[in-house]
Order: sequence, then C-alpha cells, then structure tokens
Amino acid sequence: MRYLPLTQEDRAQMRAAIGVSDVDALYADVPADLRLDGPLDLPRGKSEIEVERLLGAMAQRNLSASRAPFFVGAGAYKHHIPASVDHLIQRSEFLTSYTPYQPEISQGTLQYLFEFQTQVAMLTGMEIANASMYDGSTACAEAALMAHRITKRRKAVLSGGLHPHYAEVLRTISHFASDEVVSLAPDVLAHEDLAATIDESVSCLVVQTPDVFGNLRDLTPLAEACHRHGALLIAVFTEAVSLGLVTPPGEMGADIVVGEGQSLGNPLSFGGPYLGLFATRLSYLRQTPGRLCGETVDADGRRGYVATLSAREQHIRRDKATSNICTNSNLCALAFSIHLSLLGEAGLRRLARVNHANAVDLAERLARIPGVETLNESFFNEFTLRLPCDAARLVENMAEAGVLAGVPVSRLLPDAGLDDLLLVASTEVNTPQDREAFVAALRGAL
Amino acid sequence: MSGERYTKDHDFVRVEGDAAVIGITDFAQSQLGDIVFVELPTPGQRVSRGGQLATIESVKAASEVYAPLSGEVVEVNAALEATPARVNEDPLGEGWLVRLRVDVPAELEELMDEDAYRAFLESGG
Amino acid sequence: MLDHPEDFGPETFSGNRGLDQEEPPIFEIGRPETTGVDMDEPPPVASRLGGLERKRPIGLPGLSEPEAMRHYVRLSRKNYSIDAGLYPLGSCTMKHNPRLNEKIARVEGFADVHPLQPQSTAPGALALMEELARWLLELTGMSTIALSPKAGAHGELCGLMAIKAALEARGEAATRKTILIPQSAHGTNPASAALLGFQARVIEAGADGVVSEEAAAAALGPDVAAIMLTNPNTCGLFERNVVGIARRVREAGGYFYCDGANFNAIAGVARPAEMGVDAMHLNLHKTFSTPHGGGGPGSGPVVLSERLAPFAPVPFLARDGETLRLVEQRQGTQSLGRLTAFHGQFGTFVRALAYILSHGSDGLAQASRDAVLSANYLRVALRDVMTQPFGDRACMHEVLFDDAFLEGTGVTTLDFAKAMIDEGYHPMTIYFPLVVHGAMLIEPTESESKRSLDLFVATMRALVASAKRGETRRFTGAPRYAPRRRLDEAAAARKPVLRWSAA
Repeated sequence: MRYLPLTQEDRAQMRAAIGVSDVDALYADVPADLRLDGPLDLPRGKSEIEVERLLGAMAQRNLSASRAPFFVGAGAYKHHIPASVDHLIQRSEFLTSYTPYQPEISQGTLQYLFEFQTQVAMLTGMEIANASMYDGSTACAEAALMAHRITKRRKAVLSGGLHPHYAEVLRTISHFASDEVVSLAPDVLAHEDLAATIDESVSCLVVQTPDVFGNLRDLTPLAEACHRHGALLIAVFTEAVSLGLVTPPGEMGADIVVGEGQSLGNPLSFGGPYLGLFATRLSYLRQTPGRLCGETVDADGRRGYVATLSAREQHIRRDKATSNICTNSNLCALAFSIHLSLLGEAGLRRLARVNHANAVDLAERLARIPGVETLNESFFNEFTLRLPCDAARLVENMAEAGVLAGVPVSRLLPDAGLDDLLLVASTEVNTPQDREAFVAALRGAL
Repeated sequence: MSGERYTKDHDFVRVEGDAAVIGITDFAQSQLGDIVFVELPTPGQRVSRGGQLATIESVKAASEVYAPLSGEVVEVNAALEATPARVNEDPLGEGWLVRLRVDVPAELEELMDEDAYRAFLESGG
Repeated sequence: MLDHPEDFGPETFSGNRGLDQEEPPIFEIGRPETTGVDMDEPPPVASRLGGLERKRPIGLPGLSEPEAMRHYVRLSRKNYSIDAGLYPLGSCTMKHNPRLNEKIARVEGFADVHPLQPQSTAPGALALMEELARWLLELTGMSTIALSPKAGAHGELCGLMAIKAALEARGEAATRKTILIPQSAHGTNPASAALLGFQARVIEAGADGVVSEEAAAAALGPDVAAIMLTNPNTCGLFERNVVGIARRVREAGGYFYCDGANFNAIAGVARPAEMGVDAMHLNLHKTFSTPHGGGGPGSGPVVLSERLAPFAPVPFLARDGETLRLVEQRQGTQSLGRLTAFHGQFGTFVRALAYILSHGSDGLAQASRDAVLSANYLRVALRDVMTQPFGDRACMHEVLFDDAFLEGTGVTTLDFAKAMIDEGYHPMTIYFPLVVHGAMLIEPTESESKRSLDLFVATMRALVASAKRGETRRFTGAPRYAPRRRLDEAAAARKPVLRWSAA
C-alpha cells in the first residue's frame, strides 16, 4: 500500500524486537467482543487512478460555479483567487505543519498569523484580532458568550437581519448553556427598532452589516444605545470584501466584530472549511477566545513570534477556559492573508468597487423587468429581489436553464411568509454577459 | 499571633493590624514559573474559606488561589497589573495579593506555622 | 576549524545565514499603492451604499506577486513539517498527508460548488458525504453520524449537546449536571463540559493507567449525566475496563461520550460501538490524514448511538427513495439544532474519503496495526534508557514516558525537547497528560519507515546518554540551530503585542 512504508520484512524484524509473533498480541487489552474477526464489509484499497475516477465521477454530477452565470451568496461568495495563493498554501511547510506549540521551528506560521491578526484588526477598525475561529457563525456565538462573561448578563438580542444560520447556531449553544436569546423577526427592509430592545438585562446586541438581505446598517446609534445600558455591540459581516468600501464596524463603535473570511483566498467548497474572523477591544483581551499570536524576542535578542496568553485556552485552563476551541482555521487564514497582501489597500478597494458596480448594474437591469422589485435602499454586492412567484421554484427552473440565480429566502427562513424573496449576489466574477443571461433566464422563468 | 501561617495550597497569611495579608509562597511561585497576569477580586467583595480568591496565570499554567479564611476584601495589590513579576520576585513582600478583613481570626490557628510548612514541603507536599 | 559548539563564525552583514534568511512582516515591505492583482477600474455607478462609504484609509500593505512569493516562501522555510521530518507528537497522529487528497479536493465539481445552490445541482457532493458517512459508520459500528462539527472540540460540544438534549427529553437535565472526566483527559473535554453548564468531576485512573470499573461505579450517581473517556487513552493505553464502565454508566442513567482522538490505534481493528459508546467524535485531521495546515482547519464528525440519534444536529442527510437531500431545518424533528452555518467541512470530507478509498478496509486495518507496531517498537528500543510511568507493557499507537530518567541531570523535559529540535526533530508531546510528571508522549504513526524509526531511536538514545553524562548546556542552551532560539514567552504575555505597528 503506497502510503505504508513498512515492508513485511520490517514488520517481522519489529515483531521480533518487541517479542511478539503476531501484532494482534499488542491488542491484548482490547476485549475480544470489540475486535473484528476479519476486514470490514467494505471495498479494498484502490490505486490513485481508481480513486480519481470514482470521486471524479461524483464531482462531475455537480454544477460548479464556473460553468454557469453565478449569483449565489447568502454568507459565502465566489471571488477570483489569484493563482499564487493556492500554490503557496500547498507548500509542505504550510500545508503539513503542526500547530505552533514549538515556536522556534514554527516562525513561518507564527509570523503569518501575526500579519493576519494585524490585517483583520485594520480591516474591521478594531484594536486586536485573534488567529481565527472555525467560521463566521461560530465566531458570532463565541462573541455572545464573551459578552456574557464581560457584562455578567446572559441575554443576547439578535437583529432580524442576522444570517439565519448564525442566529440558529447562537440559539443552539445558548439553549444548552442556559442563556437567553431574543431573536427579532426577519427584517427585510432594515426597519426594526433595535435600540428599543436594549435594557440592563441585555449583554449584547448582534447586528449584521451588510445584513443577510444585503442592507447596509449604520451601527453608530446602536453602539451608543448599547453602551448607555452597559451592553456590548457585536457587529457581524459575512462578506469580507465589503470592508474595502464600507465604513468598518470599529469606526461605528462596535465592541466585538466577527465575520466570515471565506471571500478572500478560500473557495466555496460546498460550505467548508471557512474562516472565522474575530476582532475586539484591547481591554477585552483576557476574555477573548481562540489562539493569539504575539511578538517577542529570542535568546539572541532577535524579533520573533509566539502563541501567547495561552492561559485563557483549553489546554491550560480546562474547565475555566474562555472557549473549548483547539484547532483554528489556520490554513484558511493564511490563504486570506496572502490574498489580502496581494490585493493591498488599493487592490481591495478596487475589488470592492467592482463588486458594487456589478451589483448596481444588475439591479438596474432587473428594475426593467415588470413584477420584479429590488427591495434594498442600500446594498454592497447583494440585494433582495421580490418576485411575483415562489422564489425557490424559480431558482430550480433557472438552474435547469443553466443559471445559478441566488438563494431563495425560504431556504433560510422556511416559515416566515417570505417565499417570494430571492437573495442575489453579484461579484467581480460576473461579466455583463452573465448579468444579461440572468435577466433573460429570469424573464423566461416568470 | 505573629509571623506567617501557611496552607497546603502554598498560600501564606500574615496578620497586619486588623487585616490579614494573603499571597502565595516562594515554593508556589517557583512552581508556576514566570507569572504574567494576576486576576484579583474587588475591594468590598466577600469570600468564603475555600472559595476562589484570585487567579494567577503564568505562561504555561493558570492557578486558582482559594481563600484560606472567610472575610471581606479590603484591598488588592493593584501594582500587580503592571508588574505581575513581583509575585515571582518577592512573593511574601511586594508580591502580596489581597488584604482581607477576617471573620473569625481564630481560624488562623488552624493553618500551619513556619516549621510545619517547612516539614510539609520536605515531605513532598 | 570550528571545534567550539558556540562558534558560528563571523556575523554576516545581511543577518541571513546562507539559506536561513530573515524576513520582516509585510507591513515593512508592502506599500498601500502596490497591488499584485490586476483589475480594471469599474465604470462609475450611482452609489447604493447609503452614505456608509469608508472615509479613512485601512492601512493595508500591498505586494507585487514576486514580493509576495518571496515573502511567503521565506516564511515557509522557517517551519518544520511532516513532509520534512517525523513528528512524534502523541495524540496528534501526524501521519503523511497524501497529495492525491489535495488534487481531488480542488476539482472544480467539489471546490467550486456553493452550499446554498439548489441541492438538485449538487447531488455528487451529497453522495460524497453519504459515502464518507457510510465508511465512518462501518468503522465505528454506530448507527448515525453528524458530519457538521468543524473540529474535534466542536464534535465534543455536539456530543454533549446531544446528551443534554436526551436528558431534557427524559426530564432529567436539571438533576444530572455532572460529567465524569479523567485527569488525563485533553483540556477540551472539561472545557466543553463547562461551556454547557456541566460540572466536571475528576475520576482517577489506577496505578495501571486505566480507569477501573470500581472507580467509575464509586463516582456514579443520580447527578451524573455522562462519562467522557478517551479510548485509547492519552497515556497510550486501551481502557480495558471500558465495557464494564459503560454498562455501569448506562445502568446509572448516564451516557458515554468517547473522545476518538486516538482512533488511529484501532480503526479497522476494533469497533467503538461494542464499547457501549453513545457519542464519539472522530478527527479527520488526525486519523484520516487531512493536513494540519499549521493548526487547522480540522473536522470532527460525531457518531451517535441509537438512543442519541434522534437528537442529531441539522443539517443531516436523508433519503427520499432515490433522492438524497440535506435536511436543514429542525422543525418537526428532535434535532438539537444547528452547530455551524452551512454543512460542515466539505473540503475536508473529500480529502478524508480519498484517504479512506485509497486504503480500503484492508489498508485501514494495516495502517492501524503498523501504528501500534511502530509505537511498541519505539517502546522496546527506548525502555532501558527512558522511564515509563505505568511500567513496561504493550501500548497502543503511542508510548508514554515520564521525566524520572532525567532526575539529577539538571535537564527538564522541556530542555530535552528543545535539544531534539537541534537534532532535526520536532519534539514529542510534552507535559501532557497532566497525570504524569514531565510527560513525554510519543506517537510515530504508520507513516514512518523502519529506517526513520531507527534513526529517531539512535538520536533519542544519544541525547539521553548526553544528559546522563552531565552535558547540560547542550539541552539548556537549545535550540541553537533553529531559525530562532528560545523565545521570551513571559514578556509576550506580560506586555502583549498582538499586531504590527509603526515603531
């Protein structure tokens, strides 16, 4: 077997050295009932060609985003990833290295995490960022738990513009942690009065911008309302590219900013692995979950980096840890960081402008279709379309016509009476021809 | 009463006036390694004997300090926020943690005196 | 001639040392106006940003492609990796990461598919998830699997939530709030328990390194929700009393969570279902070779017993006759809810399944046996010079030593580990598990050739002999040859600098 270096002769020599005639003697502590009599009722090992053929056939059955005009968003976005990114993350020393617990031989990882933390802090307008979490939704849940620790209150209020998956994740953990959650009704037009929900029992307000319906929200008055009552404002984003064009939550008074970083450096990959971004105030440092990378010097006085403040983490603090998280989304963070280093400030801003321009162009074309209405006053690269029919059925029909048209709101909120709404995203990967194809397919399907 | 008293968790208690100064012993700080952060209670807070009083973080560990006696926190060593290393350098002096107004001063007698603590250390306690 | 180990020769002007090159952070190289991504400026449009445009610069540096390539290549060369050398890290299972897995994960039909495009346009993705589930269920003997947890610790959360959901359904969640956890357990175990409002109660292993049925029975009571056992455990031993313990726990009304981090010892050889497990997470980035990536991403699917199956999180796979679909809403089910946005670490599923199909049922069992064989080979090769806390006996896929053999040498476990770095090895797991003094946990995995194992043994034996000869400086001054020498972790924690800033 190509991945197993030991030969039969090696095994024999090793058995002899150990003093057993059969390796199964080493399993003596395993009760007989647990041990299998023979191989499992499953296929034997396959060659590379066979594995490629088998799995390739599965892949062929899927309609990929590059083979159809593509307008699907709702928390994960198709962007162009420069060729260098994927090449670099596949270097042995990045792909196959372990967690940097021995910093002297992990300076590569530690330095790029330090750079990543800085980039995330800059983007979000916050003072510090951690070395990533699993994804935006779990980062959001961790932020609420952190707010509970800081305020010593246990009630989170969730905006009706928060991605329903994020809200569900938060509700799930809160239920089992015996915390309270108030979820406002779906807020398609960003009209809800969030400030009215805050009082001294509330630990945090969780608001997404751009929200799941695409609306951009001004967080400044919400931050003020929170702070007046001793609560924290948690700002959420699912489209990291928006931060190239839009005022970051840190400049609007957010206390914790969490989001999804998949848009930069990371493919869609049917939902994972993705990248949780987490940034906050320096004063909340000790309550921050996740790995943190810090600068220091070595015995020769040279600048170097280490994982720091580990006493917050599970491997030291155990049941008093700020979180149970061990693995982060490290390689995805590297991909994000490389992509962002290649873009730089100028490139990111331009990328964001292209996204916005494409979405505006699409919205204008759609405005000419009778019966179809864009509901948003403001948006970045995604907006909500009201249709004169069931959006889910329309999306299926358009898929058959070869256009991946977006996400019906009913997919995320099945019983909210919003079945005629469609979330449509338009990034830099669309061409004018793609947008025209969308319009044509939509007209045809209506 | 004079001099320090010690607990099996390697804390010391020293009466100064009408309050007791509490901290960790030299043995404890050497076990913890370089101390990087000390989490202290708030003045006015009440603690019960055996309850959590403070947390000491080193690079590799976090250690709870439990109250050897019940009482009310009168003062905490605020200097430790900027210079936690004092707990390593002078654990019984500048590295003190908490000043406590003790409910039942007689409970102090139940703690080990210096000789008993030394014997405790030598026996591998 | 250099005959003094401290003599590195003249300092270089550049600060580089041959191929060991210094590299500053991007903020000292890049410039805000530079970009390595060409893009045409879009036509001007009427802004729909509602007045929320960014007003201030971000401050991000940009690099041209050559600068970026050089930066990251130089950084990469400061990292150790499994491709470059053995990682004897106990409980981490640093096995070879096959590149076939990377190739297949990048195929357009897997990488370029959105989780929320119509399910009818991604039947192959669902089929892959079902196939992975089939293998993992067969390997563990369990009836149901939750694929969505994003890492082992997340899987623990999932399993404990399922247990709590089951207790709620029985009306016992308020009374059963204790979880029994051995002191040797990984820190994520008590952390996960505490997050969900449980109290961790420590149970002790015996002098033989495993938990006895009596110890478990003594700790059980009507307040116990569950026991969390790692099996094989973190001392490298199979919990041989597990069947009796599981029965006692069940009889006392509790559930059995198994931490499957060490599944590499028994995959294809023994099945956890027969242990009486109610929930067990698997680490795809350990047992199933998906790459560690410097710390993640991982993936921690959880297998569930029949009595916990109803509470599995959404989304889960279901069949409607011929059609496979993901059930994404918990309404109408007893599901505990949702653990993450979207469907889980699909990219990791692809890699794990490629690994599994490559090995097959025969290869997987062989891999486990080779892992156990190699660990025992190291055990017998080192047992006369290193000390084992529970006496010398057959171990599973990892072997545990303590620091008794270093007594009197002035060399600590940490110093020993740092000296291994100079010898070209990543150190083994140190100071874990906590139950053993100065622990050294060594797991070679099945990916090491005999030649590699023999070289490792020779080096370890030479280091022990050196320590015993009193050559303390070799250890306390290590590492000398790594890109950095020992770093001041105390300063990093006392005065944290977590982002770059202009000096």
